[in-house]
Amino acid sequence: MYRYDEFDHTLVQERVAQFRGQVARRLSGELSEEEFKPLRLMNGLYLQLHAYMLRVAIPYGTFSARQMRTLADIARRYDKGYGHFTTRQNIQYNWPRLDRVPDLLDELAGVEMHALQTSGNCIRNVTADHYAGVAAEEIEDPRIYAELIRQWSSLHPEFSFLPRKFKIAVTGSPHDRAAVKVHDIGLQMCRDEDGAPGFAVLVGGGLGRSPFVAKKIREFLPKRHLLSYLEAILRVYNQLGRRDNKYKARIKILVHELGAEAFTELVEAEWAELKDGTVELPAGEVARIQSYFAPPPYEAFSGATLEIQNREFEVRRFEDRGFANWLRSNVAAHKAPGYAIANISLKPEGGVPGDITAEQMDLVAELAERFGFGEIRASHQQNLLMPDVKRADLYALWQALGRHGLASPNIGLVADIIACPGLDYCTLANARAIPVAQAISERFADPARQHAIGELGIKISGCINACGHHHVGQIGILGVDKKGVEFYQITLGGAADENAALGKIIGPAFGYDQVVDAVETIVDTYLEIRVDDEAFNQTLTRVGFAPFKEKLYAAH
Amino acid sequence: MPLIKNDEITEDPWIAVDDEDSLPEGAPAIVSLARWRAERETLAGRNAPLGIRLRADQPPAEIAEDIDRFQVIALEFPSFGDGRAYSYARLLRERHGYRGEVRAVGQVLRDQALFMRRCGFDAFEVAEGTGVAGWREALGEISVFYQPTEDGRPAAPGLRTAVG
Repeated sequence: MYRYDEFDHTLVQERVAQFRGQVARRLSGELSEEEFKPLRLMNGLYLQLHAYMLRVAIPYGTFSARQMRTLADIARRYDKGYGHFTTRQNIQYNWPRLDRVPDLLDELAGVEMHALQTSGNCIRNVTADHYAGVAAEEIEDPRIYAELIRQWSSLHPEFSFLPRKFKIAVTGSPHDRAAVKVHDIGLQMCRDEDGAPGFAVLVGGGLGRSPFVAKKIREFLPKRHLLSYLEAILRVYNQLGRRDNKYKARIKILVHELGAEAFTELVEAEWAELKDGTVELPAGEVARIQSYFAPPPYEAFSGATLEIQNREFEVRRFEDRGFANWLRSNVAAHKAPGYAIANISLKPEGGVPGDITAEQMDLVAELAERFGFGEIRASHQQNLLMPDVKRADLYALWQALGRHGLASPNIGLVADIIACPGLDYCTLANARAIPVAQAISERFADPARQHAIGELGIKISGCINACGHHHVGQIGILGVDKKGVEFYQITLGGAADENAALGKIIGPAFGYDQVVDAVETIVDTYLEIRVDDEAFNQTLTRVGFAPFKEKLYAAH
Repeated sequence: MPLIKNDEITEDPWIAVDDEDSLPEGAPAIVSLARWRAERETLAGRNAPLGIRLRADQPPAEIAEDIDRFQVIALEFPSFGDGRAYSYARLLRERHGYRGEVRAVGQVLRDQALFMRRCGFDAFEVAEGTGVAGWREALGEISVFYQPTEDGRPAAPGLRTAVG
């Protein structure tokens, strides 16, 4: 994991002191709410329906047991005893008091955390593949470059007042778990013909009211030019992005209106000036950051030991159906023999997606120390994971998680729903999202049924701003308001991985009381017509919308 | 409007001239891009210092050929949230090599001061009542920078490499 040096420490501490001054000026009335708003937003502080909300950055989703304990402590002392993991690998607190926020930030700074640029029209907290460093097919650990981007983008003097927010995601694996194609900039590691690693650069993806899949503007960017190329893209956007209409201000609209080719020419021309200039990193700096992401000291198991472990493991799996289910959905292959990636679902039956209590946070911290080198990850699917667990420890881990409601065997399954806060918290929402997610997860509560259905992503947004990413759900649900009544529009066929696609609307929207039935009808129809272990989108491509429409609307 | 330069409220010798008004005799004047284009010959032959004011939709490339004729280039912030002029200031300093005064005009607040300075602004027209003490405080709030710019301050990546 990355550790702060004196420069990082100083910057974060000074930023807290600066914000403390800004809060004091607001409380004294020197700053109006209108003047204070952009200042607080640049530090992750929103004003929601009922209270302030603070979004804390977990850069590229990697954090430590020690940091998790501080997050738990903050949940207890500054909030109502829980926190909420977001779709951008961050954590939110829904009930902090304005006058106490500077103290909260001081506590975060003590464990090398901050809320810098988790909101506002600036470069947001950078995200990365949550399996970074442990996925077998990875070219390089994307967190090295995500950390470089974190530093480069922090308090950037030129790019802190952009037309609109700006999100960058990085993946080091060909299988894209970081949804890079629906980000303002997506960086996908690849190799040139000589085998040297670099990045394919994608620009202009995004969801919201005008969803777009990103365009590839450069097939291969050598690693050493990463920051100069980013600076070129941002400089073009800062000058030309629309500022007359906030709904047309994202870079995706600029790319769309200029055309990808013309946009690329502008970026390349700007880059020709910046390339090899002062923004390029000294070679020693990349090596310094790289050293922090060296693999932990894995135990080298002999073939004989692995075999014995495997036999014991198979017995457990055979004897305990619950454990078998959890292994099937929540445990992923690891690059080191004898190790596994253990996902921790924050989607219990009837729960709020992403919510976690302070006690559960402490437990995860303790288990990470006991079984996982003290490291924890947050995924953009609002779940947690321990990236380095010995296979031999999985059973004990599963039991401990289960005692605290953290062993739902549903990662990637129908109950692993992404949902925005919706009308329960958010000032922008038109409809409730959380209660719909809860009702669906209750309807599909039976793990056997979920496993029989297999991988299927449901994503729910409470308004057109699409924070619940409904466009890229295989089943997407969008809450709309029709004359004061909540309705839910359903889209099918979305995907956020390397085959990124935007879902299409199946037909007329459903009422709040009908939406869960509609989802169940869609799932049952899929089960009826799928061939072998065909995935949902494959079935949809083969048969089209007709069979689904027929079942959904025939009775109406 | 008060002018802050070198961290002090300074007397402003420049007169911002509206397009309809006549130019002050022998005094330093700042004109719009439109006026510069319309009256280029007259203005160039004038026997007093000349400055130009660029709107947020007028990038420095518009005056690239003439840059050395201006002792002041004023860049407009129509609102503090409109950040185009940050790029313009850096382009003036780093691309066009401009060494005259780059002045921030429009909505210029203390919480932008450090960003502006790092991008190459060295003069700031601030609202009446802006205290210079608060301004100085704002400039000193952050001492670590990750991004090298032409403001001459060393950035963290370079410092680390030098130390290591």
